[in-house]
Amino acid sequence: MSDSVATEKALPSSAIFRIWRGGNGGGGFVDYNTPISSGMVVLDAVHGIQANDANDMAVRWNCKAGKCGSCSAEINGKPRLMCMTRLNTLDLTVPVTVEPMKTFPHVKDLVTDVSWNYAVKKKIQKFTPRKPDAADGTWRVQQADVDRPQEFRKCIECFLCQDVCHVLRDHNLHDEFIGPRFLIYTAQLEMNPIDAADRIPDLKDSCGIGYCNITKCCTKVCPEEIHITDNAIIPLKERVVDRYFDPIARLFGGGK
Amino acid sequence: MADYPVLEYDVLVVGAGGAGLRAAIEASSTGCKTAVITKSLLGKAHTVMAEGGMAAAMGNVDDRDNWRVHFADTMRGGQYLNNCRMAELHAKEAPARVKELEAWGAIFDRTPDGRILQRNFGGHRYPRLAHVGDRTGLEMIRTLQDHGIHQGIDVYAEHTILNLLMDGTRCVGGFAYDRERGRFKVFHAKAVVLATGGVGRAFQVTSNSWEYTADGQALAFKAGAALLDMEFVQFHPTGMVWPPSVKGILVTEGVRGEGGVLRNKDGKRFMFDDVPENYRSSTADNEEEGWRYTQGDKNSRRPPELLTRDHVARCINREVKAGRGSPHGGVFLDIAWIKEKIPDSVTHIKKKLPSMYHQFKQLADLDITKERMEVGPTTHYIMGGIQVDADTQMSTVAGLFAAGECAAGLHGANRLGGNSLSDLLVFGKRAGEYAAKYAKDHGAGKLTMSQVDEAAKAAVAPFDRGAAGENPFTIQHELQDFMQNLVGIVRIESEMQEALGKIAKLRERAARAGITGNREYNTGWHTALDLDNMLTISEMIALAGIERKESRGGHFRDDYPDKSADWAKYNLRVVQDGNGRPKVEHVTVVPLTDEMKQVIEENK
Ligand SMILES: Cc1cc2nc3c(=O)[nH]c(=O)nc-3n(C[C@H](O)[C@H](O)[C@H](O)COP(=O)(O)OP(=O)(O)OC[C@H]3O[C@@H](n4cnc5c(N)ncnc54)[C@H](O)[C@@H]3O)c2cc1C
Ligand code: SF4
Ligand code: SF4
Ligand code: FES
Repeated sequence: MSDSVATEKALPSSAIFRIWRGGNGGGGFVDYNTPISSGMVVLDAVHGIQANDANDMAVRWNCKAGKCGSCSAEINGKPRLMCMTRLNTLDLTVPVTVEPMKTFPHVKDLVTDVSWNYAVKKKIQKFTPRKPDAADGTWRVQQADVDRPQEFRKCIECFLCQDVCHVLRDHNLHDEFIGPRFLIYTAQLEMNPIDAADRIPDLKDSCGIGYCNITKCCTKVCPEEIHITDNAIIPLKERVVDRYFDPIARLFGGGK
Repeated sequence: MADYPVLEYDVLVVGAGGAGLRAAIEASSTGCKTAVITKSLLGKAHTVMAEGGMAAAMGNVDDRDNWRVHFADTMRGGQYLNNCRMAELHAKEAPARVKELEAWGAIFDRTPDGRILQRNFGGHRYPRLAHVGDRTGLEMIRTLQDHGIHQGIDVYAEHTILNLLMDGTRCVGGFAYDRERGRFKVFHAKAVVLATGGVGRAFQVTSNSWEYTADGQALAFKAGAALLDMEFVQFHPTGMVWPPSVKGILVTEGVRGEGGVLRNKDGKRFMFDDVPENYRSSTADNEEEGWRYTQGDKNSRRPPELLTRDHVARCINREVKAGRGSPHGGVFLDIAWIKEKIPDSVTHIKKKLPSMYHQFKQLADLDITKERMEVGPTTHYIMGGIQVDADTQMSTVAGLFAAGECAAGLHGANRLGGNSLSDLLVFGKRAGEYAAKYAKDHGAGKLTMSQVDEAAKAAVAPFDRGAAGENPFTIQHELQDFMQNLVGIVRIESEMQEALGKIAKLRERAARAGITGNREYNTGWHTALDLDNMLTISEMIALAGIERKESRGGHFRDDYPDKSADWAKYNLRVVQDGNGRPKVEHVTVVPLTDEMKQVIEENK
């Protein structure tokens, strides 16, 4: 058996982090030269800078293990979790830029106002169970039938997919389009074998699923490796098409 | 008085983890106007990190399981210092609370006949933990969050409660600041539920996040409430030890539940060497039997790796101290070996432990399907906390309730894995229900604005000291450092006394903490404000630790290494003396009823 000592590419003893500082729409990059050591992730470097050079620097985090989705940022321009970005995966001969997500209103330093996401979720029809089918008042459900919704329920609400989606980022269609996170949220409800509600009309109208042109950028940034487009958005689009553009279904008002 | 907004509620819930959300759902479902306050964003509380599962004797996998066995397991795990009434309510009500989650949209892993799947965990006689892979906490918090947002609960995310507001001896609300803008708010409520979680940030090596600064415990104490069992801190046996920046991050017990084994540097399964007397008859005495147990053989006994956490943590500590540890000061945890037993072990491991696989792959460049992990003890959980009434969850202060990790009683001297998530549901619901009832029965109490002014003045003081003051992060780091070394996994009187001296000195320095910048999302300020709570609770842990002169559960003393029959009679309680300082008292353990005695006997 091989030994568990991680073989590390040798790191320099310090590195420069170019961090966005400021609030209320203003601000700019500030360079910090900070000591680094083997195994470190970007969040560690940011914390080191915060503890020693910039006590008032705003940054969100909780788990430090990719489980809570708090520490989202753009590292060298790419939407990523700071706690899961190892320094040995970055080019440290040049400054590492760390910026807040751009799709949401800026609050301060690395923190953005993500409240829009919480408001969007509230608009989606809630989980509505069908009548229990077992004598003990619960449901009998096979594992194979929940594998798919379970994949979507891995979502840690980091909102990186929302950040990267051009419909939101470039076109600012926050009022018309719920974004990839909430398309998989809806997919998870629609594919839950216990749920009985019908969200297909909303998907077409208030959720704006038609705005998605399947660029797959969301899938590429998802730290949970959820197949957002292939497994959720495309099947949902098919359901919408079947309902509204299939003449037979239209005639008989096809249910879920 | 300054003009702070005053927000009126029937029930104010402090904390949006499993306990807080479950309490809020219950309170609001009775028609109470309910607010939830959380320091982080909604859905990010500690509960999200829980991995292994929630314990409930549903008997889906082994129909010999029922509340009586769960009760007996919980009491044995807690070394009989538990509040037995809480252990009874918990064992009886957990199955209904778990099924309720399913009715709210949770999707648990399934048994072949389509029911909720349950897995083995340390100290539980039968497979009992309902789970979703190794991300059960995420499933739980998301379900409660998504259910709660349709119930008309007002959520104040990124708000911190700084003080509880009192009408004489009754709690009538809290004083808060919002982290984003740094503005103060007054919450006036007929009843308050604390669900603020644990204290792990007072230690250096911990699985806990920045949020665990002991706020609820300290706020309750300052409001006059009694705290219980503060000497009992749980050190989880398996945290990551390498690389340094991830030291302390949890490696779920589920790894051992799925057949993972612990070895020292010589490759020896050292856990077989030391099985406590009261577990001997239920523990496998050879490797083969242990393996069969993890694979669901009902006639086999559990491997010694699945003994209670306090014991496993100490055994690891012993191996390391004896020089038989792994290169980075831990021991080896090996799940890859199951390839000898299971044909497609790589897929199997990835399916059963997906987030562990990712965690090691991404943070340590290590493939757990092929290589051994290095693990060592990490500060994980506090059994002690706010003393509550078993049925209603009211603290010793009128109108103030507590549930979840910040409350004490259920777990006694040591918590079994999986018993926390079920605790949150069972007692979160009860706290919400009885807080709502209290609100209806008592109406609104009186706010005293001078309390608010005083709190606000203290809160902004670090700004006045500015850069000339002490760096709050440095103070926090020093506290973590010596608590780890002096009041950690193995304790001794002289070191705990030394810690008390250091706490007193740090308290003086904390009073001089200074910060720069403005009040908007200023983490330095937030850290400065957390210090007092951490120091208050650290002192209590040391005081209670000195007082209990025996070793039991999470509390192990080098100078009193044995369990004592005399100490089995008492819980330790911390209350204010006449000057607001902590005082430790002995209280008699809640006596078992005749029926409980019989249940324990029949499950011996
Ligand atoms: C990595 C890990 C894995 C675990 N795995 C398991 C497991 O498999 N099974 C199990 O049973 N247990 C497990 N546990 C333990 C369990 O997860 C926790 O004990 C439990 O989630 C605590 O829940 P809670 O509701 O009491 O508090 P939390 O979920 O921690 O929530 C506390 C809330 O209080 C808020 N808060 C705190 N202070 C204030 C304040 N001053 N003002 C306003 N808000 C405040 C916080 O912001 C947060 O919202 C695990 C713990 C960890 C760390
Ligand atoms: S695939 Fe659709 S949702 Fe995803 S980023 Fe592209 S447009 Fe947005
Ligand atoms: S789907 Fe993936 S990227 Fe999007 S919020 Fe969830 S975890 Fe983040
Ligand atoms: S801190 Fe939780 S995902 Fe990064």
